[in-house]
Amino acid sequence: MDAPYAIEMLHITKRFPGIVANDDITLQLKKGEIHALLGENGAGKSTLMSVLFGLYQAEEGVIKKDGREVKIHNPNDANALGIGMVHQHFKLVQCFSVLDNIILGVETTKGGFLQKEEARKKVMALSDRYGLKVDPDAKVEDITVGMQQRTEILKMLYRDNEILIFDEPTAVLTPQEIEDLMQIMKGLAREGKSIMFISHKLNEIMEVADRCTVLRKGKCMGTVNIKDTSEQELSRMMVGRDVQLVVDKAPASPKETVLHVENLVVPSRMHKNNAVRGVSFDVHAGEIVCIAGIDGNGQTELVYGITGLEPATGGKIELCGRDITKEPIRRRSQNMAHIPEDRHKHGLILDYSLEYNMILERYWEPEFVHAGFLRRGNIRAYANRLIQEYDVRSSEGAATIVRGMSGGNQQKAIIAREMDLNRKLLVAVQPTRGLDVGAIEYIHRQLIAARDRGTAVLLVSLELEEVMNVADRILVMYEGEIVGSLDPKKTTTEELGLYMAGAKKGA
Amino acid sequence: METERRTKNIWKNSAVQSILAAVVCILLGLFVGYLVLLAIHPENAWESIVTIVKNFLNYPTRPARLKYLGNTLVKTAPLLMCALSIQFCYKVGLFNIGAAGQYVIGAGASLACALYLHLPWWVCMLAAFFAGGLYGCIVGILKAYRNVNEVISGIMLNWIALYAVNMWLTGVKESTSPYTYNLSQNAPESMIPDLGLSGLFANNRYVTISILFAVIAAVIVWVIQNKTLLGYELRATGFNKDAAKYAGMKENRNIILSLAIGGAFAGIGAAFLYLSGYEQWSVTQSSVPSMGFNGISAAFLGGLDPIGTIFASYFIQHITSGGSYLDKGVYPSQISDLISAIIIYLCGFVLFFKTFLNGRIAAREERAIEAAKAKKTEEGGEKT
Repeated sequence: MDAPYAIEMLHITKRFPGIVANDDITLQLKKGEIHALLGENGAGKSTLMSVLFGLYQAEEGVIKKDGREVKIHNPNDANALGIGMVHQHFKLVQCFSVLDNIILGVETTKGGFLQKEEARKKVMALSDRYGLKVDPDAKVEDITVGMQQRTEILKMLYRDNEILIFDEPTAVLTPQEIEDLMQIMKGLAREGKSIMFISHKLNEIMEVADRCTVLRKGKCMGTVNIKDTSEQELSRMMVGRDVQLVVDKAPASPKETVLHVENLVVPSRMHKNNAVRGVSFDVHAGEIVCIAGIDGNGQTELVYGITGLEPATGGKIELCGRDITKEPIRRRSQNMAHIPEDRHKHGLILDYSLEYNMILERYWEPEFVHAGFLRRGNIRAYANRLIQEYDVRSSEGAATIVRGMSGGNQQKAIIAREMDLNRKLLVAVQPTRGLDVGAIEYIHRQLIAARDRGTAVLLVSLELEEVMNVADRILVMYEGEIVGSLDPKKTTTEELGLYMAGAKKGA
Repeated sequence: METERRTKNIWKNSAVQSILAAVVCILLGLFVGYLVLLAIHPENAWESIVTIVKNFLNYPTRPARLKYLGNTLVKTAPLLMCALSIQFCYKVGLFNIGAAGQYVIGAGASLACALYLHLPWWVCMLAAFFAGGLYGCIVGILKAYRNVNEVISGIMLNWIALYAVNMWLTGVKESTSPYTYNLSQNAPESMIPDLGLSGLFANNRYVTISILFAVIAAVIVWVIQNKTLLGYELRATGFNKDAAKYAGMKENRNIILSLAIGGAFAGIGAAFLYLSGYEQWSVTQSSVPSMGFNGISAAFLGGLDPIGTIFASYFIQHITSGGSYLDKGVYPSQISDLISAIIIYLCGFVLFFKTFLNGRIAAREERAIEAAKAKKTEEGGEKT
């Protein structure tokens, strides 16, 4: 007999139209263990957790808490059962203090007045006990991402949750913060909490988890003891084949300067300070320069400034020898292609057909317009060529409404459109976000092919592995400045991490 | 990974859905209207609702019917232009509630040109067109450069327009009534010609070529939106203005341009009515004419499609005209407006019904797929 389980999900099946998101999945979480849930994007991790959290109802299967069958119809039921979740994107009220956020929804009141002192005592006690350092009076908008996450964890503990779900908690953290989080998770488990750790990062799972359940394409590939397995075995279970994580590429041969950025300043939309504070760098034809950094250190605004989505308030941008600092987007795009960070916000018009999206960056050209009228035949032919060349899959070909396409194919459509422009500069922002390993490999190959054709590539990425694999040169951004210029062949992930955390400087 | 559905479901066709939703809304509107009549005076309710629906068919003779059909058409033309104004801006993501004010400005400009200056009809019409357009520009400029919500500024400008036009036309009103001079006596050259059209409607002299103009305008809007570069840009801006900006489209220009075009449509719509001589402007009116607002209902009832809007505008005008035949002895005099308002109001629910319908289709497909899957599994065959 195994140790009693805190929560069991037995033979869970959840279907969506056209897809089985969870197919007969069994997951048993022991009391006091850290149980990793591993799988690629789209493998069904989120769906499974949403079923546990009451956001979806499974068609088949049962959930048991402490051996007793329970029904979870909504997140309130989940909370009542002591299940808490730290979401990948924190659910905190920015202008509230840490303490207010923690007690939000479960405030103790007396005669309609908040009793904050009691709450504060309880929060501080929890904070000491688990080593979760927070400043209870600081406003959430002023504290680091790491502290925000600790606030989220305290929120769960304050509600006396026994089962803690961490949804990709390390995605937003620096390597040092990740190390802290690992210690916190181990501490929580020692104190008897049961932890579900969702991740696709093998090294973290190897370090912290006791057992690991692997999902692939909605199916359960098995549960293994971490001490009996290896990273290689886990990755094979996750992907179904041996993965080549490193892309083959020849050394770069940089030529003339294509993009020259000098003391660029871009204001922030989120706060009053500048998001980009005097950044200077060059990108040459035939090289991939990668901007690395933790999310929110000014990379987005830097790209906005270069592409013209936001006006720069200081400094100079030269593209192919021409000063474009004040030029509108249309003029810049003569020499610049841009794979945007947010494909739904900027990259696509979701309610337009695929063919209309394919011409988004050149619809005004004579090939597609005659005397103000669209040339439907030419548009269709052009779209079909791109669809074929870049293998963009959709249900109705060029006429498919993009909203109904899968995320991977939407991204491929953008890649196809921007690659085909064949501009001197390609700005690619997190081009592989949310894609599975196969699609990532494909996009990396495309980026390198563009480089080999003589395109200057500016890649912005949050994924350390991507940075190390694809870049010819790495620029690290920290708090709006470039704090390091590194050669991926001569540096290590650890060193990169120190730069990203702002612990090391010097370009 | 996605097994997308290949079989085309006729109910998923957008046009079919729009028509179906419009019919449901119309029936529901008539039903609620009937309930209200029933509550006020049960005996006459059925007869009254039939009267509303019959409109000009209430008349016994063919010439009379034709004549009153003509009257309905005379007011359909301005309504259609207002509906197109709303529809055109809506496709760019703007809610042009200011169409009512642009309509008022168009009325003022056309009547001023006619009664003060005695200009030919087509000049008066163009004056209304440009006045409405400029008035729409104000909303557009405020939106584009100062990010003022177009609904707020539109509503305020509606009232400014009303009182400005009241003041403006005071110089050309009858001495004993608040109405502007009769057009046929004072400015016959400013009246829109009928080119023999009135002959088709038992010599109803108000029937003019404006009806044809309005229908042509609807077709032009359809062509612009679906076939041209401008339409591509405007619709892209309406669907996703961030992506439009990313593609280098000039967002501010597009906002101002669409509100200008929308304003011009509403403005010329007013000229269609007032230059026919069918109505005179009352300089003491203290509420914005409902034409612009009814345009909202007509646009939605028409499924936000320019062609659908033609039929929707006719229907709404048909009900409005029909309402005036209610027995005023039995029902209070406001009842006709109330009933047509209820019906028009429910016509605005087309989008809601479309969403509802889509939800039902999706749910049913999900069940069908599950059933198919279950069957497949039972047969012990392959899993997806």
